[in-house]
Amino acid sequence: MPVLEVKGLKKRFGPTAVLKGIDFSLEQGEALAIIGSSGSGKTTLLRCLNFLELADDGIISVNGEVIYRGGAGSKFSDAEIRKKRLHFGLVFQNFNLFPQYTALKNVTLAGEMLAKERPDFRTRRKEILAEIEEGARALLDQVGLSDKLDFYPHQLSGGQQQRVAIARALALKPDILCFDEPTSALDPELTGEVLKVIRSLAEKNTTMVIVTHEMQFARDVSDKVLFMDDGFVVESGTPEQIFDNPREKRTRQFLERYNGN
Amino acid sequence: MKFLPVTLSLLEGFGISCIIFFFTLVFSLPLGLIISFGSMSRFAPLRWLTRTFVWVIRGTPLMLQLMVVYYGPGLIFGVAAFPKLTAVLIAFIINYAAYFSEIYRSGIEGVPRGQYEAGQVLGMTKSQIFFRVTLMQVIKRIVPPMANEIITLVKDTSLARVIAVMEIIMVAGTFTAKGLIWPLFYAGVFYLAFCGILTLLFNYVERKLSYFRV
Ligand SMILES: Nc1ncnc2c1ncn2[C@@H]1O[C@H](COP(=O)(O)OP(=O)(O)OP(=O)(O)O)[C@@H](O)[C@H]1O
Ligand SMILES: [Mg+2]
Repeated sequence: MPVLEVKGLKKRFGPTAVLKGIDFSLEQGEALAIIGSSGSGKTTLLRCLNFLELADDGIISVNGEVIYRGGAGSKFSDAEIRKKRLHFGLVFQNFNLFPQYTALKNVTLAGEMLAKERPDFRTRRKEILAEIEEGARALLDQVGLSDKLDFYPHQLSGGQQQRVAIARALALKPDILCFDEPTSALDPELTGEVLKVIRSLAEKNTTMVIVTHEMQFARDVSDKVLFMDDGFVVESGTPEQIFDNPREKRTRQFLERYNGN
Repeated sequence: MKFLPVTLSLLEGFGISCIIFFFTLVFSLPLGLIISFGSMSRFAPLRWLTRTFVWVIRGTPLMLQLMVVYYGPGLIFGVAAFPKLTAVLIAFIINYAAYFSEIYRSGIEGVPRGQYEAGQVLGMTKSQIFFRVTLMQVIKRIVPPMANEIITLVKDTSLARVIAVMEIIMVAGTFTAKGLIWPLFYAGVFYLAFCGILTLLFNYVERKLSYFRV
């Protein structure tokens, strides 16, 4: 059974249709790379998965359970949406760390908020908070920042900030972790450290959806590649299929433009 | 005229100035927040109405507003005027609330969307995002412009004399009318001291908030 299944996902902003029926599925432990030209709807797709936008139509299923059904009459309360989006994590292009908190606190904050809803929080408060902090320290260690726990975001480089953001997203143990061009706001010499972290996540079989313009990286790290254009999935397949033997003309044109420069 | 009686009179006037200052702050700070919510409302008529109100208040002199509040009820509706100090407070509170509302608005709108969205995707509730994510950033953004506005308020209290409220400048003026210039300078010292203390206070707050950047 796929971890994630998306069927017929559609989204429009006023008169412009941005997603025109997206289908794909993702197995446990797979990394999916989404490529496509600017404006093709990649960010919008990730935002729909994370419920920052509500799709107009289509179905999102996680572990076989339909968690979202767009279209007529499906209204969800804030509380329902909040619960559903915990299946997903999102790493933003421009990090969006909370500037007033240290790296460590950025990673623990959301977990602490959620823990308050646990029935045993009152009685086991100390232990629970200690567990959350321990988990956050381990994650920051995993992304290579164990020496920066008490640094504030403005004291960190872009690459370090993005690694904190990855640790922050991992802290809630999402079923599927989404990345929206995680390195495109970084200076070229800083992209490597972030890509390395994502690579190591792929090696640990973290289920991921990665929107990226780094073609070499997409090829190396992903199990599946999806090429989007103008709100449609034009072609999907293994990295070898897409990069070496694209069937569709639009895919070939897109890749040629990339290899050109 | 001796130093001591002048000091006592000026202190009395300064007391009035302080009353205007403190009551204006206490009421206009929360009122300004409410107005800023109106000016950011998704309900267009309310937003339009609030912004027009703010435009009128900020676009006309406080002195004029003060005279309208004091003389208006009698001349327009034929009812009794507010007591003088009350009229001053009404005009000041409304005027400063309008200014503060714009400071709040730019502070709130200045928090990047990504901050809310980061909170949302991490499963936080709206109130958790407000209190734990955005509030400190808003405070950090509004402290410098608030400090400016509040120091302006200290000096604006002297406008109360246009409806004959005996604040410190008016008191000093009565001595000048009798041929003494130094009480005017002396009154200036009161302002300087007060603004100096406020400046120190705001610098302290800004320093306390300097551990992060927005
Ligand atoms: N909130 C919105 N309101 C109106 N139009 C929007 C909105 N968000 C996105 N769009 C439009 O939807 C289209 C797809 O945008 P999207 O950001 O999903 O593209 P993208 O594939 O992520 O592009 P890029 O590679 O440049 O990041 C664009 O034409 C964009 O202008
Ligand atoms: Mg995008």
